[in-house]
Amino acid sequence: MTPEAPSATAMRQPVAEEVGVRRTGRSTSWLYYVVLPVLFVVVWYLVTDVVAVFPPALLPSPVRVANAFVSSTASGELPGNIGASLQRILYADLTALALGVPLGLAMGLYQRIEKLLDGLLSLFRPIPPLAWVPLAILWFGIGTVSIVFITFLSAFFAILVSTIAGVRSLDKLHVRAALSLGASRRRLMTHVVLPTTLPSIFTGLRIAIGVSWMSIVGAELIAASSGLGYMINYYQQVLRTDLVIVGMITIGVIGLVMDLSSRWIERRLLPWRQGMRLP
Amino acid sequence: MTVNAKIAISGVTKRFEGAGGETVNALDRVDLDIADGEFLSILGPSGCGKSSLLNIIAGFEESSSGRIEVDGEAIAGPAPNRGVVFQEYALFPWLTVAGNIGFGPASRGFRQSEIDGLVVHYANLVGLQGFERRYPHELSGGMRQRCALARCMANDPDIMLMDEPLAALDALTRVALQDELLRIWSEASRERMKTVVYVTHSIDEAIFLSDRIVVMTPRPGRIRGEFTVPFARPRQAEIRVHDDFHGLSDEIWLMLQAEMGR
Repeated sequence: MTPEAPSATAMRQPVAEEVGVRRTGRSTSWLYYVVLPVLFVVVWYLVTDVVAVFPPALLPSPVRVANAFVSSTASGELPGNIGASLQRILYADLTALALGVPLGLAMGLYQRIEKLLDGLLSLFRPIPPLAWVPLAILWFGIGTVSIVFITFLSAFFAILVSTIAGVRSLDKLHVRAALSLGASRRRLMTHVVLPTTLPSIFTGLRIAIGVSWMSIVGAELIAASSGLGYMINYYQQVLRTDLVIVGMITIGVIGLVMDLSSRWIERRLLPWRQGMRLP
Repeated sequence: MTVNAKIAISGVTKRFEGAGGETVNALDRVDLDIADGEFLSILGPSGCGKSSLLNIIAGFEESSSGRIEVDGEAIAGPAPNRGVVFQEYALFPWLTVAGNIGFGPASRGFRQSEIDGLVVHYANLVGLQGFERRYPHELSGGMRQRCALARCMANDPDIMLMDEPLAALDALTRVALQDELLRIWSEASRERMKTVVYVTHSIDEAIFLSDRIVVMTPRPGRIRGEFTVPFARPRQAEIRVHDDFHGLSDEIWLMLQAEMGR
């Protein structure tokens, strides 16, 4: 019996793995996503309301934060700030798309244009968007224009770089096939180059939304009188940490929702990518 | 030069610079007339310039010297009357089967109702009915090549240029598609025989498909010999086991063998 024992366990191993795989299946996998956040809130509750490890002014309890969330939502303050930030994101990212995509296509397709612009753009790209805040305030004052400008800069480079990379992935055979099928140069652009580049533009847009969400909050800390960044900075000064945390959580949730929804839109708009997606 | 040549190739040379800076003659003074409605195969080992020649006829590349005329006119770039089928299919992955088949007619300004009609017709012809809304990545290799064939034919070109279209397929699919290719070609040619220039490195494939075979050898790429295939059309799959088939196959093989051992 003894010599057989190890082989028996070895036989059973794959079965155990199968069961493990089944447990992570679609029906229950969402549990993995909520376990740690729930635990986090429980611990937070324990160290504030149950055993007050931190003074409430430094770390308010989750209950107080929830109350602050309800009251600032009811007063319209939180929705107003969310609206202000989202509107700026929208302006900035649309402008970045409108300028970054055509420029990226041109730079990807024509080497001369790329050589001409690459030096200048490479010089500007490493400058963190927030380093533009002082100049932006001098040029555009405190408010929406400054914020949109700074946010635009961060989104623009993400979209530009991704678009160029997308054009580079253009398949010579697709171009040849299209030309031999009678496509004009214009149709080649709209029906071959653009669809080839679209997945990369989407990736660029997703990165852009991510970085612009980060830079907008940073910019609003300094150069705005509304928006979520302004809100958390303001309430820090008056020591309303519960409202600071409300603002922070809102920023996190909105960032997550934007990323998920852009992925969803991508899947709907680019169904052919399903086959090429890496796991 | 024959008067009624559909494609007249005269003195076509293609030179390019090799990795070491030396000049490589991919094609060296190639002369070839292809008759209207002929199925001609260009057969040869890799590097013999057969794909280069096809790319020049397609208008994708320019020859270093020489001249190619189609219907008596020098070619200038790719054109829809010279359809191309690629070894790697080159289907547009962002378009469905219907979108791919309809690409040519749409490029040439057909109305949507006409395009839809052509898509149905050619999807049926190549046996892809019911798959019109699939994307290329959802198809097998054989079905992708059927789709590429339909895409090429939806433009109703007089000339079809095929660059090893079956080379990426497994042996069984490949033989099945050879039969299909002849059936599709003859059905698409009902009103007027389409001229086919077919590049391959498979001797048996060339014999089974062609009216005439041109054998090319590399360094420099030249036409070494020419064979007329005696089998009548329509051809049955069984001719592959015919003695004459093997005889011709051996003859071509010996010619290639002698060249390679040179």
